[in-house]
Amino acid sequence: MRKVAIIGVGMSRFGELWDKSFRDIVIEAGIEAIEDANLEGKEIEAVYIGNMSGGRFLSQEHISALIADYSGLASLNIPAIRVEAGDASGGVALKEAYISVASGIHDIVVAAGVEKVTDVGSAMEIMDSSIDQEWEAFHGATLASLYAMMARLHIHNYGSSEEDLAMISVKNHKNAVNNPKAQFRREIGIETVLNSPYVAEPLKVFDSAPISDGSAVVILASERVARKHTDTPVYINSVVQSSDYLAVQNREDILEMKAVKTATRKALKLAKCELKDIDVFEMHDSFTITELLLYENVGLAEKGRGHELVRDGRVEIDGEKPVNPSGGLKACGHAVGATGIRQIGEIVLQLRGDAGKRQVDAEKGMAVNIGGTGATAVVSILGR
Amino acid sequence: MIPSFWRKIRYRYNLTGTKCENCGRIYHPPRNICPECRRKSSITEVDLGDRGELLTYSIVHDAPESFKLQRPYVIGLIKLESGVVVTSQISCKPSELRIGMKVKAVFRKYGEDGEDGIIYYGTKFVPCEE
Repeated sequence: MRKVAIIGVGMSRFGELWDKSFRDIVIEAGIEAIEDANLEGKEIEAVYIGNMSGGRFLSQEHISALIADYSGLASLNIPAIRVEAGDASGGVALKEAYISVASGIHDIVVAAGVEKVTDVGSAMEIMDSSIDQEWEAFHGATLASLYAMMARLHIHNYGSSEEDLAMISVKNHKNAVNNPKAQFRREIGIETVLNSPYVAEPLKVFDSAPISDGSAVVILASERVARKHTDTPVYINSVVQSSDYLAVQNREDILEMKAVKTATRKALKLAKCELKDIDVFEMHDSFTITELLLYENVGLAEKGRGHELVRDGRVEIDGEKPVNPSGGLKACGHAVGATGIRQIGEIVLQLRGDAGKRQVDAEKGMAVNIGGTGATAVVSILGR
Repeated sequence: MIPSFWRKIRYRYNLTGTKCENCGRIYHPPRNICPECRRKSSITEVDLGDRGELLTYSIVHDAPESFKLQRPYVIGLIKLESGVVVTSQISCKPSELRIGMKVKAVFRKYGEDGEDGIIYYGTKFVPCEE
């Protein structure tokens, strides 16, 4: 397998982009990435796109060819592949793109993620389609309520609190202030979270990431080719995908995310490093409890002690292990299929020293992208 | 929705799961392949029992369109006597809820496809004496 580098990053703004279409936002991110990589465009050999639900959000399937076409690549007749894994679609697109370059099949490929959600009435119901429709949703379970049940159990078993969860939201909002692409660039106080209405008790509106429009694009190249285009390549040390039982009820312990644990263990092994070597993290905070459980399942905290990281400030941007300097899904925005790539984009900017006012001192970074309640996990480790 | 509903009626109306005779593990919903034994699976149907305890729960406020009229309702994970965990609604006052409470299965309406449409029934749980 060859070494693979990321040579370009692009992102649209995340948020409610009423004046922009699906095509507009993916092209906005794509152009930025191509400029960043110093490419003309014709060097691109394949496009991998993470998208959860173009069919339900826009009644548009076959978006792989659509995106290649509107990105000005139709005349190159290159392969374009859309992948879907709930809100882990972006992470899986990165993994497929990585394999195509590492294996020697391609030299330069695009890994993109995009979602346009504001054109439909109930984005929440479409998000809920990542849970088991026959045995969870049939009974009235929602994605939020499944995470809420995990939160309830964590609070009951380990003495964490709604305040601990709220502080994760507060942290991510604070970080987003310095991210020009973020949806919510304003600080909030803990009482804003605690006073917001319940979505599914004990989770509230401010424990939940928004469902956003947005796109993110990264350009991958083999090591040899990367050197020709950039002096600051960021290497993909590893990217590993795992799966688990789709329905939460079938997992032996609902607070254990086995897909995350497995992917993390394998990713660290392949990258030949340990968790202590990772300086910055982007984690999938679809809900505040998700981020808390990721601390434990990635191994930053022991089981049942994730909330101590919040209380100690260790996951703050100036803490020992900064998590979500971008603002995370909660404040940067959760453009579903784009999120996995957006996280990678943030890690690349951090490692290159291009993260502006939210810059962290980092040699290695990790992104953890999960689908639904954790039946898919993608863990990526990047290094300079 | 109708075919996908009636195909599962047997398992929605009764708490029936599958047991792998090779390893002894029981699953709900029923599976054709045991996730532990795969090709060595030997699957038979088993009754899961109608009593269990509440592992965890949530009171749902933000609900999908088809559940809006029931808001707020309680969703829970119930560990049945057979050790199998199922996702279901709990019919009780929110103030009665506590982790570990004993519950039993009852037959209840879940929803309908409009005024003239099919009515969906299934299993819910209610608190029971210890």
